[in-house]
Amino acid sequence: MNIHEYQGKQLLKGFGAPVADGVPVFKIEEAEAAAKALPGPLYVVKSQIHAGGRGKGKFKELPADAKGGVRLAKSVDEVVAFAKEMLGNTLVTKQTGPAGKQVNRLYIEDGADIDRELYLSILVDRSVGRIAFVVSTEGGMDIEAVAHDTPEKIITVAIDPEKGVTADDLKALNSALKLSGEAAKDGESLFPILYKAFVEKDMSLLEVNPLIVMKNGRLRVLDAKVSFDNNALFRHADVLELRDTTEEDAKEIEASKYDLAYVALDGNIGCMVNGAGLAMATMDIIKLYGAEPANFLDVGGGASKEKVTAAFKIITADPAVEGILVNIFGGIMKCDVIAEGVIAAVKEVGLKVPLVVRLEGTNVELGKKIINESGLNVISADDLDDAAKKIVAAVKGN
Amino acid sequence: MSILIDKNTKILVQGLTGNTGSFHTEQALAYHGTKMVGGIHPKKGGETWDGSVPLPIFSTVAEGKEKTGANASVVYVPPAGAAAAIIEAIDAEIPLIVCITEGIPVTDMIKVKARLDRSKSRLIGPNCPGIVTPDECKIGIMPGNIFRKGSVGVVSRSGTLTYEAVFQTTNAGLGQSTAVGIGGDPVKGTEFIDMLEMFLADDETKSIIMIGEIGGSAEEDAAQFLIDEAKRGRKKPMAGFIAGRTAPEGRTMGHAGAVISGGKGGAEDKIAAMEAAGIRVSPSPARLGTTLVEAIKG
Repeated sequence: MNIHEYQGKQLLKGFGAPVADGVPVFKIEEAEAAAKALPGPLYVVKSQIHAGGRGKGKFKELPADAKGGVRLAKSVDEVVAFAKEMLGNTLVTKQTGPAGKQVNRLYIEDGADIDRELYLSILVDRSVGRIAFVVSTEGGMDIEAVAHDTPEKIITVAIDPEKGVTADDLKALNSALKLSGEAAKDGESLFPILYKAFVEKDMSLLEVNPLIVMKNGRLRVLDAKVSFDNNALFRHADVLELRDTTEEDAKEIEASKYDLAYVALDGNIGCMVNGAGLAMATMDIIKLYGAEPANFLDVGGGASKEKVTAAFKIITADPAVEGILVNIFGGIMKCDVIAEGVIAAVKEVGLKVPLVVRLEGTNVELGKKIINESGLNVISADDLDDAAKKIVAAVKGN
Repeated sequence: MSILIDKNTKILVQGLTGNTGSFHTEQALAYHGTKMVGGIHPKKGGETWDGSVPLPIFSTVAEGKEKTGANASVVYVPPAGAAAAIIEAIDAEIPLIVCITEGIPVTDMIKVKARLDRSKSRLIGPNCPGIVTPDECKIGIMPGNIFRKGSVGVVSRSGTLTYEAVFQTTNAGLGQSTAVGIGGDPVKGTEFIDMLEMFLADDETKSIIMIGEIGGSAEEDAAQFLIDEAKRGRKKPMAGFIAGRTAPEGRTMGHAGAVISGGKGGAEDKIAAMEAAGIRVSPSPARLGTTLVEAIKG
């Protein structure tokens, strides 16, 4: 789960991290009061969307030479003028795709005198099974480009979970970021704070790009991109309250209500599969036979009939779907449960597109029997290859 | 020989009394009499599990191990308590712990991993389908009817793709020595390299199928390991598959570990690394068996 920059900063501030004063704004009328609440004379007006590259992004509705999604304002009037241009308009960045994202929230922040821009993130380093800091002196820009062009400028410091951030770790981080004096002291307090926030809130990514050294020699968290481990949300009701569903795909929201792993894609063959690996492989084989998957959908291990029915409805509600492939290799998942769920869904919502069903594994005979005796127009397949060929042929024949 | 488990493996079930634990314990008992020896429940110690074969329930793993001589445990405990269950098994010095549970918070697994690193236990999973040595022992949730005793070692990050590999090698007449699902989480007990080392050392394993997916660099690490081992003259025919060629960047594809981020963890890099290590990578998940047969023919 992702949250907005301003929410991330408020959260980090609660742990004691140095962030600028700022006010979130949801309506144009709120912009003036927000700016007046800040000391000035510099203000930053920042679009709040769940995507990076905002500064270099362009608004669809504005002329091509208009400013981007993060703007520096030198007066309250300018803040208001920017808010009018930005709120409600669609920001296209390299991460949003061509459709862009509507800006429904702004964050008005106190400006800072920047001396140096650094990069800092905390993530799970899976190669060592530990939480790690990834830092670079090359902040403020696209870190993927830095990683590609000058990998030696990116330094990773993995943290021993039983010791936490040690004095040696702090020394390594300060050295990697070339921090000294006041900034180094700030680092010694900031790094453990960020680590604590990451662990206590079960984050999956905490990215501060940039972390700045100000002209007064102090550190400040200038941006914050925070994602949480979905598997840990059950123990963080406060984090769940930060969810902004307007940032998410409506079908994905519906799927999440039923604890289904669903990702919307651009193709026309809807897929319902058990197991993430097989679900990905099903997408891959559809592509291999010359068509495109409309979605990734893993119904998971112990799916109930109701869950399967919900999954089927989500797939059929997508107008782009011209055919459906159900591919089940039952382990935990029993084939008869899948069969009953599919039939219940078809009876409820109807079946207007070809449906290919491939069942294998636990209770497979029972599952096939239920499908065969249902009287529904289902194309059965013997194996995955057969299933993929049949659904691609059925869709292309339409 | 097989790896990890055989007909003498004695298994405790952590989470026996839940629906999933009960169902799959019945399936295991029905699979060539896999030696399920007891269950663990902190509040039901002393009671008996009322299955087709009644099993004693112990309050702790340590007690269960002492009274049954168990040398393995399988964890079906729900996510919130699963890490604690694994740590309990580590503390009881259970040699082999298999965690089926999906959805364990990654910070919990980081703690588990730290404990595991200085323990005598091996953990398979979490978020995995378990292990099967055909005709001898089944731990976890794999459907037993697709297995056939044979010569292929199967290792996979995906549960259901493990079944595909097993089913297809059975249909190809090769059968399996042992099949292991190592799980789809980013932090797990056992990686590809550990499994490949065991399969290379196992006389009964004549060829290997390795199934990876997007995210992380475990496949690349495994490929480098295979290249290094081949230089020492240790090599077996291998087929492979990587799931997620069509997955978009930045989206987690079901498995917590299946995500391409920062341009890393994509399928094409993994396929290239595996091919460089001499693995025949099948473009189709439906041709794992036939691809392995081709690899064996050379």
